[in-house]
Amino acid sequence: MNNVSSGERLKIKRDSSWIADNIVTLIFIAFTVFGFIVSDGVTMNYFLTELSSRFFRNAFLVLSLIIPVVAGLGLNFGIVVGAMAGQIAIAIMRYFSIGGYSGMALTFLIAFPIAAMFGYFTGVLYNKTRGQEMIASLIVGYFANGLYQFLFLFAVGVIIKVPATHPMIKPDGVGIRMTVDLVKVEEGGLKYALDSIMEIPFMWAVLIVAVAILLLQVIRYTKNKNKPSFNGNQRMMTLINSVLSLVLVAISIFAITTDSSLMKVRQVPVLIGVFIISLCVFNELILKTKLGQDFRSVGQSQHIAEVSGINVDKTRIIATMISTVLAAWGQIMYLQNMGTLNTYGAHTQIGMFSVASLLVGGASTQKANIRHAILGTLLFNSMFIMSPEIGLSLFGNALLGEYFRTFMVYGVIGLALGLHVWRSNKKGKATLN
Amino acid sequence: MSDNLLSLKNVSKEYSGNRVLKDINIELKKGEILALIGENGAGKSTLMNILFGMPVIHSTGGYEGKIEIDGKEVNIKSPHDAMEHGIGMVHQEFMLIPGFSITENIKLNREITKPNVVSKVLGKRLESLDVKNMNDDARKALDVLEMDIDEYLPVAGLPVGHMQFIEIAREIDKKGIKILVFDEPTAVLAEAEAKNLLDAIRKLAKKGIGIIFISHRLDEIIDVADKVTVMRDGEHVATKDVKDTNKFEIAQLMVGRKISIERTDSDNKNVSDETILDIKDLKVSMPGERVKGINLEIKKGEIVGIGGLAGQGKLGVANGLMGIYPATGEVVFNGKKLQLNNPMASIESGLAFVSEDRKGVGLLLDESIEGNIVFSAMQVRNDFLNMVGPFRFKDSKKIRKHAKEMIKDLDIRCTSPLQNAGRLSGGNQQKVCVARALTLNPTLLLVSEPTRGIDIGAKKLVLDLLKKLNKDYGMTIVMTSSELAELRSISDRIVIVCEGKVEGVLPPDAPDADFGLMMSGSRHNAEGSEA
Repeated sequence: MNNVSSGERLKIKRDSSWIADNIVTLIFIAFTVFGFIVSDGVTMNYFLTELSSRFFRNAFLVLSLIIPVVAGLGLNFGIVVGAMAGQIAIAIMRYFSIGGYSGMALTFLIAFPIAAMFGYFTGVLYNKTRGQEMIASLIVGYFANGLYQFLFLFAVGVIIKVPATHPMIKPDGVGIRMTVDLVKVEEGGLKYALDSIMEIPFMWAVLIVAVAILLLQVIRYTKNKNKPSFNGNQRMMTLINSVLSLVLVAISIFAITTDSSLMKVRQVPVLIGVFIISLCVFNELILKTKLGQDFRSVGQSQHIAEVSGINVDKTRIIATMISTVLAAWGQIMYLQNMGTLNTYGAHTQIGMFSVASLLVGGASTQKANIRHAILGTLLFNSMFIMSPEIGLSLFGNALLGEYFRTFMVYGVIGLALGLHVWRSNKKGKATLN
Repeated sequence: MSDNLLSLKNVSKEYSGNRVLKDINIELKKGEILALIGENGAGKSTLMNILFGMPVIHSTGGYEGKIEIDGKEVNIKSPHDAMEHGIGMVHQEFMLIPGFSITENIKLNREITKPNVVSKVLGKRLESLDVKNMNDDARKALDVLEMDIDEYLPVAGLPVGHMQFIEIAREIDKKGIKILVFDEPTAVLAEAEAKNLLDAIRKLAKKGIGIIFISHRLDEIIDVADKVTVMRDGEHVATKDVKDTNKFEIAQLMVGRKISIERTDSDNKNVSDETILDIKDLKVSMPGERVKGINLEIKKGEIVGIGGLAGQGKLGVANGLMGIYPATGEVVFNGKKLQLNNPMASIESGLAFVSEDRKGVGLLLDESIEGNIVFSAMQVRNDFLNMVGPFRFKDSKKIRKHAKEMIKDLDIRCTSPLQNAGRLSGGNQQKVCVARALTLNPTLLLVSEPTRGIDIGAKKLVLDLLKKLNKDYGMTIVMTSSELAELRSISDRIVIVCEGKVEGVLPPDAPDADFGLMMSGSRHNAEGSEA
């Protein structure tokens, strides 16, 4: 076993070309570059500001999808259920007007058991719908949405008695308002509770991350230098990564020293960044444990894992639970950044968007790693920022860009699934040799 | 008690009322190699599943009898229990994960772990993997087998011979392994690899491990085993010391006579000299039933039986001819060259096929009997259709008339021609399949496993039907079957296929031992080449 990221190790013998493997990623890079060319209204500054705030909002959710893929459950659209758990926790906090930094910690704490329970039931369902987990996860999201609406629209007020005068309850005393203001953290709410703890200029963040990646590459190289499994391909990747991070270091130092316009990009929340990095580290570390090895065994072949004495059902449930809990926390981070709880809409899209992000990064239903998640989140959100601009400059109508967005989201998912089926069909075809 | 490492006492197993194992007794001593032999369906796999605690056994009501290890009765409920008791198994289909390295496969679910901060709080499952020690252990196991291969390589892409050894390495890496089961380990190996494997087995036995060796290759058994147990139809036929027996006796015991063969009409048959089907070097890539170059000549008006053990390629022949699986070779049918890989062309040229996969390929289970009967004819020959302009409509009257005739002729027991085919009993379903094949007016009928999964009474009816078709209409029939007895009861000649090639051709009244030897590929008969 070697030290490359664990997703890499899952890669089975390559039998298709590099382009076919990365077609989705390439389309998105081309789209973003094209956007820059045709639209003159977008400054680098605006783009990076938008991108960084979107990245910090969404990356955690996308990262929560990795473990189910490794465990063979495919793309877990069911993180929607986790997001609901997060929103329930936030609603409870808001109702009792608990907030501030300790209130934020309590929100995470409350979301944990709720999400774990939801994850358990989802996991049980996935075990019953073996082989159809992705469809099941999609449907479970819709179904759970129904229960969620029942809870927030009806149960609150009719079954659970609440005062009609409460600012988050609808004036007639039944149900929660469509949008609930989360109240600034200084005033005892949850809005920006994580973001406001510490913020640093964007370029400093880039510098720190680039230096960290560079160090990681150096450590990896010195550790693996003499291992026979550290072959040419991996050497190449290490080299490319190092060069890229060096370039980033150079750019950021230049920007900081010359105080260029890039320094005017909005500041980034440090704590969220730390959370995202911790989740990356967690994803890596868990795959180096017995449990992680079980995830991979089950993901590769349920039958063989079963025969080897691994409790397949339990392992899959644990994977689902981890994913759901992470999604709940991801949604809490998302909402504190938004500042308002869009009670009936905030969670509905995150399944699709997170899955699309992961796929854009080059992941498939059977292979996903951190690189896919991070790269995918960046690219997918670039597309989101650029598409109205493209619509505006090409057709004179920003709305057309909106259609483009939708088209791209579902197109990507469809393309990735289609490619997956096409590839596995090709493999399964009987030949005379 | 005794010095037996393992003893099975009166082990029986029922699958929903169907007794597949009856009072099996097996004893295995330390360092002994016991060979287990039997035809398909003899119960070998079921027995090993019991020994290995496979879920399929316990989800169908468990087994009867006793299993003792080292003289103590044990209750094996899961593969994990089996492992705890020191039972290891080298599976026929490899239980290896292709994307994992050799080490990871050898250490599958037995990974060495070391505690870390988190695991101290949240339990053992979160301990980190100790990759270095895992590699060392894997290296040791590979060294025992004298495998000169790097343990960190991925399994995908290794030659099959190596994969087999990795499976064995995994078993011997287990602590306290006492009994090792090899399920047809040489079936997928080339000769040199097989020899290495047998050497390895001997070496393991010398270390005091008891070995159960399942194989149908008699030569290997004679070569490597100390004792041989023969099973037939779920029954324990005999256990012999290998030095007291020979392969002829084993072959005879294996085949046996199940039902008396009644043949009445071997005399007045009009088999012409005309060759109707000439197969040269047919290769078919049917998964699990690969055909690797068959030469066969079939005369007009005869019934040819194709026999052999499962997985040897006998089913591939008919499927290849019908274009269901990719095939190459030269086939001349009825004087014309048959276009392979094209089911339409095969049917149009006058071949008809009753598939072994009755419920999958053979029938549309939710369609009516009459629909099933005329289905192929409608598709291929445009029979039973009314053409109205560009549209084609079913000719219900004609269909009904034909279906009624067929139901009467073949004696299909049903309430009406509109009954769903899925509701019929196995034997009647088979007759519907035959009826459909006959509706195509074939010159040659290919029938695969016609009696699989149907009861004894119905079996006879189906066989009689085939015989009648042959006698009354002079139809040439090629019947493929795993059941030697039924091949012998109606065929004029029996072709035995072994390892994808024709092993030999026997008359139906040849001695049991000849069939047994040929099926296990132990007699390389000269007549095979000219068959």
